[in-house]
Amino acid sequence: MQNNSAPSSSSNALSRLASRFPTGYALRRLLIAIPTMLAVITMAFFMMRAAPGNPYSTDRKLPPEVEANMKASLGLDKPLVQQYAEYVGKVARGDFGPSMRNKDKTVIELIGEGLPVSLTIGAASMGIALFIGSLLGVLAAIRQNSFADYSVMGLAMFGISIPTFVTGPILSLVFGVYLTLFAVGGLDMGRMNFNNMFLPIVTLALPQIAIISRLMRASMIEVLRSNYIRTARAKGLSERSVLLRHAAPAAALPLVSYIGPATAGLLTGSVVIERVFSLPGVGKYFVDGALNRDYTLVLGVIILYAGLIVIFNLLADLLYGVLDPRVKY
Amino acid sequence: MARKTAFMAAALSAVALTLTACGGGGSETDATTLRRSIGASPKSVDPHKAEGTWENDVIGDMFIGLFTEDVEGNPIPGMAESWTTSDDGLVWTFKLRDANWSDGQPVTARDFQFGMRRILDPKSTGSAYGSLLYVLKNAQKVNSGELPVEELGVKIIDDKTLEVTLEYPAPYLPGLLKHYVSFPVPAHVVSELGSGWVKPENIVVNGAYKLDEWRTGDFLRSVKNPGFYDAENVCFNEIVYFPYSDHGAVVRMAQTGKLDMANAFPNERYEELKESLPGWPRVFSMMTTTYVSLNNQQAPFDDKRVRQALSMAIDREYITEKVMGAGQTPVYGLVPKGMRNYPEGAQITWKGLSRADRLVEAKRLLEEAGFGPDNPLKFEYIYRSTGENPKAAPVIQANWLEIADWVQPEIRRVDTQVLYKQLQQGDFEASDAAWVADYNDAFNFLYLFDSRSGPMNYGNYSNPEFDALIDKSHLQLDPVARAKTLRAAEQVLMDDSAMIPMWTPGRQYLVNPDITGFEPNVEDIHRSRYMCRKSLKEG
Amino acid sequence: MTILSPPAEKVETLERAAAQGRSLWDDARNRLFSNKAAVVSMIILGLLILIALFGPMVWPHNYKEINAVGPLYPPSLSPFHPLGTDSQGRDVAVRLMIGLQVSLAVGVIATVVSLIIGVAWGATAGYVGGRTDQFMMRFVDVMYAMPFIFFVILLNMVFGRNIFMIFLAIGAVEWLTMARIVRGQTLSIKGKEFIEAARAAGVSPARIVTRHVIPNLLGPVAVYVTLTIPIVILAESFLSFLGLGVNEPLTSLGVLISEGKSNMEARPHLLLAPGFTMALALLCFNFIGDGLRDALDPKDR
Repeated sequence: MQNNSAPSSSSNALSRLASRFPTGYALRRLLIAIPTMLAVITMAFFMMRAAPGNPYSTDRKLPPEVEANMKASLGLDKPLVQQYAEYVGKVARGDFGPSMRNKDKTVIELIGEGLPVSLTIGAASMGIALFIGSLLGVLAAIRQNSFADYSVMGLAMFGISIPTFVTGPILSLVFGVYLTLFAVGGLDMGRMNFNNMFLPIVTLALPQIAIISRLMRASMIEVLRSNYIRTARAKGLSERSVLLRHAAPAAALPLVSYIGPATAGLLTGSVVIERVFSLPGVGKYFVDGALNRDYTLVLGVIILYAGLIVIFNLLADLLYGVLDPRVKY
Repeated sequence: MARKTAFMAAALSAVALTLTACGGGGSETDATTLRRSIGASPKSVDPHKAEGTWENDVIGDMFIGLFTEDVEGNPIPGMAESWTTSDDGLVWTFKLRDANWSDGQPVTARDFQFGMRRILDPKSTGSAYGSLLYVLKNAQKVNSGELPVEELGVKIIDDKTLEVTLEYPAPYLPGLLKHYVSFPVPAHVVSELGSGWVKPENIVVNGAYKLDEWRTGDFLRSVKNPGFYDAENVCFNEIVYFPYSDHGAVVRMAQTGKLDMANAFPNERYEELKESLPGWPRVFSMMTTTYVSLNNQQAPFDDKRVRQALSMAIDREYITEKVMGAGQTPVYGLVPKGMRNYPEGAQITWKGLSRADRLVEAKRLLEEAGFGPDNPLKFEYIYRSTGENPKAAPVIQANWLEIADWVQPEIRRVDTQVLYKQLQQGDFEASDAAWVADYNDAFNFLYLFDSRSGPMNYGNYSNPEFDALIDKSHLQLDPVARAKTLRAAEQVLMDDSAMIPMWTPGRQYLVNPDITGFEPNVEDIHRSRYMCRKSLKEG
Repeated sequence: MTILSPPAEKVETLERAAAQGRSLWDDARNRLFSNKAAVVSMIILGLLILIALFGPMVWPHNYKEINAVGPLYPPSLSPFHPLGTDSQGRDVAVRLMIGLQVSLAVGVIATVVSLIIGVAWGATAGYVGGRTDQFMMRFVDVMYAMPFIFFVILLNMVFGRNIFMIFLAIGAVEWLTMARIVRGQTLSIKGKEFIEAARAAGVSPARIVTRHVIPNLLGPVAVYVTLTIPIVILAESFLSFLGLGVNEPLTSLGVLISEGKSNMEARPHLLLAPGFTMALALLCFNFIGDGLRDALDPKDR
């Protein structure tokens, strides 16, 4: 990649980083993402259809003619393979179709309503988890085998071992109902605010804090033993500067590669959180949609989630490469 | 340690920043807003596409049919001002009141005809509930595509006069004409916009409230329609409907002052809620019967003795009083109490026996039918994954196990969609089922066991004596004689143990004692336009 | 290509050579048993397993039976319901044992499924190498982008809440990491001299994989297995929480937690008892997993 603009001294580092950006690699990865997404769509499509039941049956039996018309109006009367081909074609053009059960809305409209909520919960809890988790990890690492280390790691173990659907209800009972500090569920007429998002975000962040602090501790211990940290210390740099300027950034590298799996974890987690706190997010659509056999909605959500995972995996790899000069594509 | 606290503080304030950035200050809803929890997310607010009671909560606030209901759910004239009935009870002529749609256009007979044709036209909405209108002349044939929609027995005499012709006399017609399937829709809007007409920006209504905003899974908000014919008596300016299905969360919201009323709470918390939310819990019965449907055409349930034995073993009192305990009542017949013109239903003959005696008799019956240690009775009971059913199923299984250890039922939880499909295809042995009456008439329950009802008769029960009694009732115009015939039919059903009547599921509401205009009723219909806040009335 | 069968004694020596690593295992065992957290976890987990397996047999109540005291009876010793009864009137203590049994079974069986698929896939890819390897690992990459738990939910729909299907479904989606680890190990082992020697001696590839490669994978795989079991148990309880779990009258920790949640205001122990049991079991697996990893790969400490 060429960089013709004369680099000013301040942007020097940045442009050096930018020049390392592997455009070709990124493009190749995006190309590979296409068959990935196709595989996801195909599996989800046929699994959904293999499930017994259909989107239109109710406790009432319809006259066969009406049932036939209903099927036709949902496009379910054509051969399955043709439906599949048409669906893939539509998705390629960005059309996810109307929701089969939420009859007044399209899948895109529904996702547009739910995604901001899910993303806010996911992004905020990831941010908190990264911040607190890495702090705790560093703390545990520099006081290795001390009381602080044991308590942080003990807590982290608990964080990993207690599922969010246990912590969620307990937190909402204690902080919402008993102490009335926060809202117990729902949004405030469609608006997100500190009051109604705090508990869901904290609940979702707890296990991530635990995982990240363990990762950070292990990696920090390794870094602290490495030669260049010894060199830095030998050069007489202050301990603070050694830790903050040299050790911590290097130790954070494994966290970057954790971003991909973490995204998947957060998306899954948001299904539980949305249910516990009655939040109108995308995860709730998925479960309800699957139970009601809302084929288009379920597929739409799966495509969305798979897309997010692909993108975050890619971002993580790219970021890793940009940060770690040893990586070659 | 001090440094750690500082880190925490920094982290928390970072969270606070993120949230305020995307949030904005929360505005409190004011006293002129009614906040109702309706228990589920509406699938559609189009009256011709709706299927559930929670949709009715929203739709019924927006549209008024020829009839509507009073605060207790009884039919009263709505868009109809007056009507006449022919001597044979087959032709009803309605005079419409002067009323307008919310866009200022008058409501005409055409809107009614358009609506009924729309729901029955097999090519239009594909409504599952159009079959409710089969009492209209030619409705079934129109719905199945045999006749064009023009043949439907609904005629426009002039702008304000509508003539409806029936297949058979139906004294319950006013109750049916307040059901959402018969609601008018604004023909001029629907024919122009198609299915998009119900979007908040397009919708045109003739009722008290008009949909203004709808965020799926979050809330629906309707605002008062100043053009409603009775607008001066409408109290709240705004209704917010919350679709939360988690009953525990709903209670927590009520406790923290975010709700005025909710249409459900966890049964087992009835006693506790009476203490913690004094005056809020209201329980009452509704016109629904929960029963076990048995496949009458297949072994082992083609044997009446087996059906009766299983029915006798179930401890309905324990299930309703101990396990549920919030307004549910055990039943020994199909038609629930409180149905209009049906003072007393039929009863199972062995109702007087004690539970211990019932178990002994049940065992005897099964042994007589050839079951025993060498020939165990094995079958599968499927049940829906919603409502009270998952709680009751293990008790039902345990009750059957009490007959003898060679009674070996398996129970299996099934998605509602799948269960109904299996029921309609007769692909089951025993299944839980419930019927919510569409209109307040015993016939709406009994027709489920008519051998000509096809797949709606889940268990494929067939008894010519029963069918004959149903036919007889169609011709009886005198409500008392008709009730007697229907009761005889129900007795045939009970004597045959065609199915196992279980209980009437109560309704459990939480209603702020400051809200007036909420009356328990068997139809479980509570229109927002009758409700008010005490403080608003005084002020 | 015909594969000549190798002289028997040659194979014998080779296998003994491969087994030379055994002293490493002794070291690892010593390190593991000096890890207090891991040892305590093993004892507790052992007790939990015993209770889950044999508790219901000796307990005075059956897990299906409706008790005379009625539903939601508070914990009491007389009548003997140490954890009270559930909302149907069944003894909670015995249901907790059954729930633990089912959850542990789900964890172990699903992990075994994932182990079989993962080891077979990873070892094959790693050993065969070349195009096959590329193709097989590309498939794993594709699978990684799947929102798994959603596919488990869909599988659950397809098979209608069958508990065996839950085992299989979770196992069928948890094998990817296993496959990657195994492939990596296989690649490094493949280059070792004793494999070269075995190949030179004409040992069949299948035999090399099963007799030489797989035994050498045991360390990392064992670590990963102990860490997969808690993940699987969590996945099952997640499904149960959404109402998609095992069928009544059986139960699982997830089902009990989900039921307990709806009664937590009046009877908090109904949420706390299964929640605590699950946390305890998961803690044990995680500590043992950590201990195993440290024991097998001492450079981390």
